[in-house]
Amino acid sequence: MQSEKSNNLFIRSVAAVTEKNILIYYTKAPVIIFGLLFPLFIFLAFYLGRDVDLRSFFPGLLAMSLFFTASSVGPLITPWEKQAGTYERLLSFPVSINTVILGDIAAGMLFGLSINMVVLIAGLVFFNYAAHFVTLVLAMLIASFCFSSLGVLLASPSGRSPSHIMMFSSLIRFPLIFISGILIPLEKLHGTGRFLAYLSPITYLVNIFNSGFNGKSYLPLPVSWIMLAIFTTAFIFLSNILHKKNLLKGL
Amino acid sequence: MFGQKIAVERVSFYVKKGEIFGFLGPNGAGKTTTIRMLTALLVPDNGEIIIDGIDISKHPVQAKLRLGVIPETSNIYADLTARQNIILSGRFYGLTRKRLKARTDELLDKFGLYDRRDDTAKTFSKGMKQKLSIASAIIHEPPILFLDEPTSGLDVQSQRFIRAIVKDMNAKGTTVFLTTHNIEEANLLCERICIINNGRIAAIDSPEKLKRTFQKTQSIEIAFESMVTDNLFADQNFTEKIEKLGDKWKLYTAEPDKLIKHLITLAKANDLTITSLQICGASLEEAFLEITKDKSYAVREIQ
Repeated sequence: MQSEKSNNLFIRSVAAVTEKNILIYYTKAPVIIFGLLFPLFIFLAFYLGRDVDLRSFFPGLLAMSLFFTASSVGPLITPWEKQAGTYERLLSFPVSINTVILGDIAAGMLFGLSINMVVLIAGLVFFNYAAHFVTLVLAMLIASFCFSSLGVLLASPSGRSPSHIMMFSSLIRFPLIFISGILIPLEKLHGTGRFLAYLSPITYLVNIFNSGFNGKSYLPLPVSWIMLAIFTTAFIFLSNILHKKNLLKGL
Repeated sequence: MFGQKIAVERVSFYVKKGEIFGFLGPNGAGKTTTIRMLTALLVPDNGEIIIDGIDISKHPVQAKLRLGVIPETSNIYADLTARQNIILSGRFYGLTRKRLKARTDELLDKFGLYDRRDDTAKTFSKGMKQKLSIASAIIHEPPILFLDEPTSGLDVQSQRFIRAIVKDMNAKGTTVFLTTHNIEEANLLCERICIINNGRIAAIDSPEKLKRTFQKTQSIEIAFESMVTDNLFADQNFTEKIEKLGDKWKLYTAEPDKLIKHLITLAKANDLTITSLQICGASLEEAFLEITKDKSYAVREIQ
């Protein structure tokens, strides 16, 4: 009974943190416009003036868009809250740091999912794939959770200055794209290039997307699912440790 | 401990149920560290903190359900409306939808924010923001309330309003832990006061008993119709210190009776008209200054 009450309290608090984040940080016009325009800009950047087969490139574009949208706001929530003086108030509620972390992750995940479901449906309609829709949606669910967890992890060293975290976040997120199998397919990578590609969670999502859209994948699918789960667990575990360590930094 | 620095040490006290307990200390004395430990934001390296029978280090969430906390650097969410801020707080405490709506309307009305309920908090004055902060913190009618500098930087009306709210909640049974720099506020509100200095408790007692401990700091305030200089008071040895306060003079003495007689004689001799004359007992501010000036002050529990 006591344990059920505690679970209810935990779920309720995660939902409250998620709702707060969505209301304050994700439903702002600039954030939504960024979310919607970003996939379009990626599309234009890779399509205009290049001889690219968009149909085969779309899974990579969708993965990149999901990665950016799900991990974009998470790194900034904690420094924004520390700067505004609301972080201490948040922690004074009956919550633990895990509640705050999961609420932040859930908000980023919902944002990434909602924006990229539009992109997915547009891609399915426009390119007329014989896609495995359930695999794609499941992959988007797990990957958006994973990428949002990375966003929250990147917030962990934050003090009161969002600009510092913005730079730090870009320093980590952009290389993860460059080393992944988006720009150069895994089968064409060798040696260090391939080794580095395995270090990016995006690689495994692209692999699942390739299977879902085109029925072709370079890595065995179970490996990709497991790797996404391992990355997610590692991001959450490290977030927990580092957020606790830096809890009072900047308060 | 923060690194090698001991922030607070051997801090031990109790707060009685239904009491307003003041927690005072100079800047850097360890007030905020103590309040952060009491509200589970910090875990002490040693010792235990029991809140309403619950060890807060072991069961922080359960203990925090019983608390309403208004931290010093706390702020409400500026991009949310007054109503949204209060409702958000209520969600964390699991109030039912019906109860939450009723409590929100009740608090908006009580704090004079009902007409601005759908305005974002960023359009509010500092006083309104603080009222909203308190309203959000008491949505669940907590049995224990922590207030860290609740009236700091507010106008007189807002200060009085917040004090009245604190008194009202206390009258209904809420235990209040008040941290303040405003000694007069502590004097007016608190039944007992704890003074912390250099990370250690320097004194705990009722305001009046603390004042009486420092009776030597009694003073006479005197004002004359015409301006005088401190040379007027030079030829006597009853005063320990003389201060000019606006158009008045404040003379600190251990012998107020002799000093008053001397001042009246002085006024007669110099043909001066006394416009006001009063004996000021030792103030809590003076007791506070006395306690906190000595770094090696031992723990003092007068009772």
